[in-house]
Amino acid sequence: MELLAIILVPFLAALAALAWPDNESRPRLLPAAAAVHSLLTLRLLINPPLAAPGAWISLDALGLLVLALSSAVFLGCSIYGVEYLRRRQERDNRLFVACYLFMLSASSVVAAGRQLGLMWIAMEATTLSAAPLIHFKRSDRSLEATWKYLIMGGVGVGLALLGAYFLALSASGSAGGAYTLQLDDLLALGPRLTTAWLKGAFIFSLIGYGLKMGLAPLHSWKPDAYGEAPGMAGAALAAVLTGCAFLGLLRVYQVCVAAGQLEFMKSLLIFMGLLSLATAAVFMVSQKDFKRLLAYSSVEHMGLLVLGLGLGGGGLFAALLHFINNGLGKGLLFLTAGNIHRAFGDKTLDRVHGALRRVPVSAALFLIGFIAITGSPPFGLFLSEFLLLKAAVTAGRWGVALAVAGFLGVIFLGMAVAALSVTQGEPPAEPLRPGQGDTILSTMAPGVFALALLVLGLHIPAWLTARLTGAAALLGGTAP
Amino acid sequence: MGQLAQFLLVVVVFLSFALLGSSSLSGCVGLLAVQGYCLSLLPIFIHRDGFEPRALLLAAGMAVLKGWLVPKVLLHAIREVKIRREVEPLVGYVPSLIVGVAIVGLSVALASRLPIPPGANAGLLVPVSLAVMMMGLFMTVSRLKALTQVIGYLVFENGIYLFGLLISRDMPWLLEMGVLLDVFVAVFVMGIVIHHISRQFDSIHTDRLTQLKE
Repeated sequence: MELLAIILVPFLAALAALAWPDNESRPRLLPAAAAVHSLLTLRLLINPPLAAPGAWISLDALGLLVLALSSAVFLGCSIYGVEYLRRRQERDNRLFVACYLFMLSASSVVAAGRQLGLMWIAMEATTLSAAPLIHFKRSDRSLEATWKYLIMGGVGVGLALLGAYFLALSASGSAGGAYTLQLDDLLALGPRLTTAWLKGAFIFSLIGYGLKMGLAPLHSWKPDAYGEAPGMAGAALAAVLTGCAFLGLLRVYQVCVAAGQLEFMKSLLIFMGLLSLATAAVFMVSQKDFKRLLAYSSVEHMGLLVLGLGLGGGGLFAALLHFINNGLGKGLLFLTAGNIHRAFGDKTLDRVHGALRRVPVSAALFLIGFIAITGSPPFGLFLSEFLLLKAAVTAGRWGVALAVAGFLGVIFLGMAVAALSVTQGEPPAEPLRPGQGDTILSTMAPGVFALALLVLGLHIPAWLTARLTGAAALLGGTAP
Repeated sequence: MGQLAQFLLVVVVFLSFALLGSSSLSGCVGLLAVQGYCLSLLPIFIHRDGFEPRALLLAAGMAVLKGWLVPKVLLHAIREVKIRREVEPLVGYVPSLIVGVAIVGLSVALASRLPIPPGANAGLLVPVSLAVMMMGLFMTVSRLKALTQVIGYLVFENGIYLFGLLISRDMPWLLEMGVLLDVFVAVFVMGIVIHHISRQFDSIHTDRLTQLKE
């Protein structure tokens, strides 16, 4: 029942947004729907629903994690969005609000989908609903970014569909098997799945969902899209959309683990992970635009996630914890970066200095976000990155551990230069335009994200550990 | 697989070649529409018991979407932007055709190595779908106009759809409809973006879209 409601409430709110006549009050639909969604998700988190084998829609531990993160980030962004869209009254926000809510609905279907075909349909829906969000500024550059995103995203989900077909074929070849995309059926078939098709399915899913996650070398759309989208859309792209794609990959991974194909996947995943880290490190050092910098940071963290999958064992717990941390961190950084961008009317490092003087709260939170996202203590990402390195060492992959540590060091330097240049120094002479400064609504959500990251860094609550362990166990992971 | 289905598959490949070598945009849309109609007939003829309500429904949905609605959206976009020709593709037309031949060879070689389930009655389906997919992908990356990129993307989608036919009989029909709907919405959204591109740049050349660079 709750499950149906978390899908339907945002969907109906999206329809209401399309019909809503008033541009000024329409954004209030965002926090209203997001609050209901979060409350229902919280209920599901406290009383996890019983598994319903064979159902098309049912939440397991993995789906619950993705749903919880999506819901939390959406709630924060929605509260922020009321203020943001009020400041942007000159633009029609009908499509923006409707697509934002529709994305929440579709991502809930992705999180709860047990039928991989249905999951794919919802995945495509999230991809398409993000396009109007990127194009909200209606500039040449945002148009270019939207176009690249659409074509690349379209090819990505197309290849993911091919992967799903391969998966169905791998089930049909087995003794007593039939074409099926139902996750429980696939897991039950396990080692009887046809290996050749299964490997093909994994490769196409890795490319397809990797494109959507933005793993190197499939990331070229990402800096453009994240750079041009408004802060609240960037946060949703970086935390929710990548989360959905990651879950898509996790489902195929789950089937491959059940079929005993872990060794085949390991090297591919570790390779993609290290390549993403290397690419992020190279491009972050020379980056002149702080929003594009955040996009490369997303490439980096997506790389860490698949690296965790590739390491297996304790790496899975670490990757899932990192997934939560990264989502919160991206919410914090994109929202505060949006505030700084607005206060200066610019997002290049040459011209944005002294944010701490101009928008002190946002700048302080941005600085905290930088410290957190680069994996410094005492924030959550320090813990999850440490666990990842530990998993690499435990697996005997010293080379991987050393490479990761090296890349993380370079990335820290690249981000430090940018974060300090933005926040420190003298702001430009022209005064802050009225109505562009910090307000409670524009800094509350990032503040809560920062607090959550701090809490996760100091102490992971027992219930979260239990959920994470349960989710990692579904993927064949062990306790860290 | 019946003679007619095999024949339709061969026609689909030839249409993809024609698309690779065609410089007229409205011509491309026409070819795409014919390919859409051919694809829509396939669910009926590909399985022995094809004349059942579900296959007929799928065929009708396909014909409306891929044969009529999507080409209509694209033709509308072409009229809107008043451009008839792909001026200079990244790869010329003759080299494109040669690449197409190579793709077909590769697909046949690949398909012969894949373990097709014995009951699937696949015939030419797998090599044709692989070839159409790759040709579409090649068109998407080798053309500069937004519209030809969309046409390439649609050819790619057609290839994936063909592959889906291999397993379609045992899959819930809801999924097929969902996939079709998604593709349509994708084209619709792309159509809107093309409209914006044409208004902003007076051209739908994506090589004008080069402000965002490292």
